[in-house]
Formats: sequence, C-alpha cells, structure tokens
Amino acid sequence: MDPTPPPDHPTGDTAFPVPPPRASSSGAATSGGMTGGELIRVENVVKTFTVRTRAGRFRREKTEVRAVDGIDFTVRGGEVVGYIGPNGAGKSTTIKMLTGILVPSSGRLRVAGLDPARERTRLARRIGVVFGQRTTLWWDLPLRDSYALMRRMYRVPRDRYRENLDRCVELLDLADLLDRPVRQLSLGQRMRGDIAAALLHDPRVLYLDEPTIGLDVVSKARVRSFLRAVNTEQGTTVLLTTHDMTDIEQLCSRVMVIDHGRLVHDGDLRGLRLGGHSERTLVVDLERELPPIRLEGARTLRVEGPRQWLAFPATASAAPLVAEIAARFPLVDLSIREPAIEDVIARMYADRAVG
Amino acid sequence: MRGYLFIAAMWMRSTLTYRTSFVLLTLAQLVTSGLDFVVIAVMFAHTDTLGGFELGEVAFLYGTSGVALGLADLLVGSAQQVGRRIRDGSLDVLLVRPVPVFAQVAADRFALRRLGRLTQTGAALAWSLVLLDVDWTWDRVLLLPWMLLSGTAIFAGIYVLGAAFQFWAADAAEVQNAFTHGGNTLTQFPPHVFARDLVRGVTFVVPLAFVNWMPALHVLDRPDPLGLPAFADFASPVVAAAVCGVAALAWRAAVRGYRSTGS
Repeated sequence: MDPTPPPDHPTGDTAFPVPPPRASSSGAATSGGMTGGELIRVENVVKTFTVRTRAGRFRREKTEVRAVDGIDFTVRGGEVVGYIGPNGAGKSTTIKMLTGILVPSSGRLRVAGLDPARERTRLARRIGVVFGQRTTLWWDLPLRDSYALMRRMYRVPRDRYRENLDRCVELLDLADLLDRPVRQLSLGQRMRGDIAAALLHDPRVLYLDEPTIGLDVVSKARVRSFLRAVNTEQGTTVLLTTHDMTDIEQLCSRVMVIDHGRLVHDGDLRGLRLGGHSERTLVVDLERELPPIRLEGARTLRVEGPRQWLAFPATASAAPLVAEIAARFPLVDLSIREPAIEDVIARMYADRAVG
Repeated sequence: MRGYLFIAAMWMRSTLTYRTSFVLLTLAQLVTSGLDFVVIAVMFAHTDTLGGFELGEVAFLYGTSGVALGLADLLVGSAQQVGRRIRDGSLDVLLVRPVPVFAQVAADRFALRRLGRLTQTGAALAWSLVLLDVDWTWDRVLLLPWMLLSGTAIFAGIYVLGAAFQFWAADAAEVQNAFTHGGNTLTQFPPHVFARDLVRGVTFVVPLAFVNWMPALHVLDRPDPLGLPAFADFASPVVAAAVCGVAALAWRAAVRGYRSTGS
C-alpha cells in the first residue's frame, strides 16, 4: 500500500527539461563526458536468493544463490548500453533491481536521482521498461486504448502525448494497428506496440529486456532503427539485455558482460574483441588458384579456389599483412572480417571456466 | 485511487468485449448466491426459529454479512488473483507503473459481475428490515451502516492478507476463501447455533464475529453467547482498523520480499 504519489508537475518532473534537448542536466553530479551526467549508479550491489530444495520426504534444504555478486557501474545520460551474458548470469536480476522490482540484498543503487526500491512508484515516471516476454498492453482492447491508459497513469499532458504517439506511430509503423485488439497482433507488432507504450511519457532511461526475442528479421531491423532514433533524437538512455549479437553491434556504444553475477567486461565492442584471444580474418581473392599463402603472424584457415582465409590476432595491425600480400601475390580483392561477438564471448566464458 | 478507477474501467470495457459471457456470468452469480438464501428459506419451512432467531432476524444476518462480503469482493476481491501474476511473472509489469501496485492488483480483472451477489444480498437485507420487529432507536439506526462498513473492511482486510500470503505460498487463495466465503456462510447464521469454541475462534482469532454478529446482537436485542461486555457490540470499526492495519503491513512486506521469476 504505497502512498499515492503527490500530484507531480504536469510533465511528471520539471526538474528535467523535456526533450529535446534534454541531456544537459540531470541533477546528479555532472562530470562532463558523453552527452549527459550520470544517470545510473550501481555500487557493489548483491542480490541473493534462498532456494529451498527437497531433501528427503519432509526436510527441505536451504541454499543461498548469489544471482548478482557485487557489481559496480555507472551509466551517463545518452548512452546505449548492451548488457549481455549467458542465461542465469544475473542480467534480468540487475534490470529488476534498477527498476525497483527487486530489493537488493546489499549495495547502493541510484537511478535518475532516486533509490529504485524505496521510490519505485516515483521512479516509474522517469523510466520506461519493455519486457520482451510480457506485455503491458490490454489483451482484449484496441492498442489505442492501452496508450490512453498510459497517458492517464503517467499524467502525460495531452499535446505532449499526441506528439510522442504520432512519432512512435510513424517510426514504428503502427498506424494500421491502433484500432486492432492486442490479441490479434503478431509478436513483432505487439513488441513494437509495447516499445511505443514505454516511451509515451518521455522516460529518461529505457530498459529493454530481450526486445528482439522471437522477432523476424524485418521486425528486428525496425525495432533497432527506432531505438537508434530515440537515442539520437530524444537523448534517451538505453539499457538492453539481449542474446542477439546484431542488436549489440548495431546499437550499443558500450557492452557490459555479466557472468555468474559478476561483471567480466565493461567497455566498447572493440575492447571486448581485443580483450579475448580473438582473431580477425583476412579474406583474400587472388587471380588464380595458388598454394596456401604463408606469412609471418598469420595462419591460413581455408583455401577455396582462388579465395583464401587467413587468421591473425585481433590486436595486430592488418596493414603490414595486406602490404606483403599485395607485394607478393596477384591480388584481386581483399576484405577483413571482425570476429563474431558470439565467438568472443563464448571464448571468454571458456577462459573463465578454465581459469 | 485514481489509478484504481482507470484500471477498473479498462477491465470493465475489456469484459464487455465478450458481452454474452458477461451477462451469463452475472446471472450465474446472482443464482448461486441466491441459492444460499433458498437453503435458509427451506430450513424455515420446517421450523419457526433457528437458534432462537426468527426468519427476519436470520435474513438480517444473511443480508449484512452478504453485503459486507459483496462490497469487499467488488472493491478488492481481485487481489486474490495476484498469485497468478506472481507465477507467470506479469506482476513485474505492474510494478514498473507509476500507480501503487496495490491499486493495480485490487483493480486487476475488475469484474462488474460481482454486483450480482451485492444486489441479491442487498435485497435480502431490505426485505429483512421490513420483516423485523425492532424498536429503531437512533443507536440501532446508526449501527446498521456502521456494521456494513466495518464488515466490508474486515473482509477486505482478509482478502488483502490472503493476497499478501500468496507471495510466499502460491495457493494461499484457497485458505483465504475459507475465511471470506466460509466466514460469510458462517455469519449468515446466528452465533447461537454454533459450538461455543467456534464462536470464540471467530471472535478472538479471526474476528469474523465483528462483521455482523456483535453489532446485530445489539440491533436485534439478543444476548451475547460469549457474554462479552456491551462495548463489544460497537467495537467493529476498531477491529476492522486492526485487521486492515495488519493486512497493510503484510502486503508491504510481501511486495518488498517479491522474488519475481527467472527471466
């Protein structure tokens, strides 16, 4: 029985300017950097669950599981952060603590100047959340009705609401869906509808838990381009969990990898690739079939007619290799392939398991 | 409160998309709830009094208890479905909205068909008032709305306690039904027909006696089977406040301890 939140300012919070431009001030310590001040701060956060398992007919054994085991990070306004890790690593648990759904066992969390667990209902006005596997929309009513309810729940001023809805409808191609009951929508359509619902109140942070799960290629592409637009045009900070590496590659300027409840990587995508013992691949097209090219610092992976694949360490520069090949062989074309992140992460997990 | 109304309105419109089903369910509730009363009528076809109470007096108990449960069920009865939301993880969605989660849970799948019970028991109450031969002094008149509100609050508190308990035991709804619907059936009859220990239990442990028995004893000018002091007849609001207070604390603890599902 939370107390009813006090009647806020008409926009929800005037302390934060309505976009655009909105990234200029956040109330929290602004320490320059990217596009805005610090928006999320996570300090040494731990979440443990007690799991009861049956041991014998009546006896139950309690074991403590550390879903999140002491993580620290901060996110600035305007960042797009990918939060990845294997199943059960603690991704969803982190998101749920950041939204106030779960109360952390220890540690400190601040989101948009609030303590999520204590001020969950107030925080709700400043954040947008999309759960890939659950909908906030009303199953039997037209999509439009769910949006009208959002407007009332979040107390969005009418003109602001209209503007936001129009933009979402246009960019997410929802015009034909607005009057259809949600139960008649396909998964991809419903997901687009859910994303729009999370953005009608101008949230400062948008959390997406597996936003592209189960979607077809076209729907995925549309969702991604929309998120990019929201980030660049509205300055909305985006934190997303995903298993789809294309999401990360196309959207995220920063990647955090969590495993067994600990952050094992926090940085850009390149850093992630370089951090592992990954290799880049040089694809060489020659004029004719030749025996495998042998070079210092590279190994031949495959030969197929005039095309050859050479692997070299991701940390090494490709320039000397390219120069040498061009000088010694009849070169027609050449391209460099970055390592697939799946492989990099799989290798990271493997390394950790061994180490 | 605002949020409760919006969400309740959404669910009403949602159920109205299946009009036939709505009409049938409302009629069904009217009939099943009416059958309870038929049972009482049948009993009185064979006897003139029940535990010393005449038909009008039993109808009065039936009506007051039924209206209290009907109102509580209409307002917060939906909360007993929270177990489903907990199991499938959809409570997460409610928790990230800027409306107190209790308001959302209480309005969840708000069902206007619950008016069925309220109408039927309300009619029984009105009828009993016609039958009753009571000296309507001002204290008796005031006691009637007084007991209906307190009774509603007591049943509502039990609904909320049941909902809170579902955060730990998913099937607690059945236990809670034993106290709400079971309690309703119990308090339809005069306390004098039950074993004294049972009456003690529902007075001091689960205070169902304060829903209607205690105040009704004063209205109907009947002796208290437990021989409690006279102020017990007027104590219902205090008991209701206590039940609601405990329920509020339990609910708060439950939401804070919420564990969510795996994904």
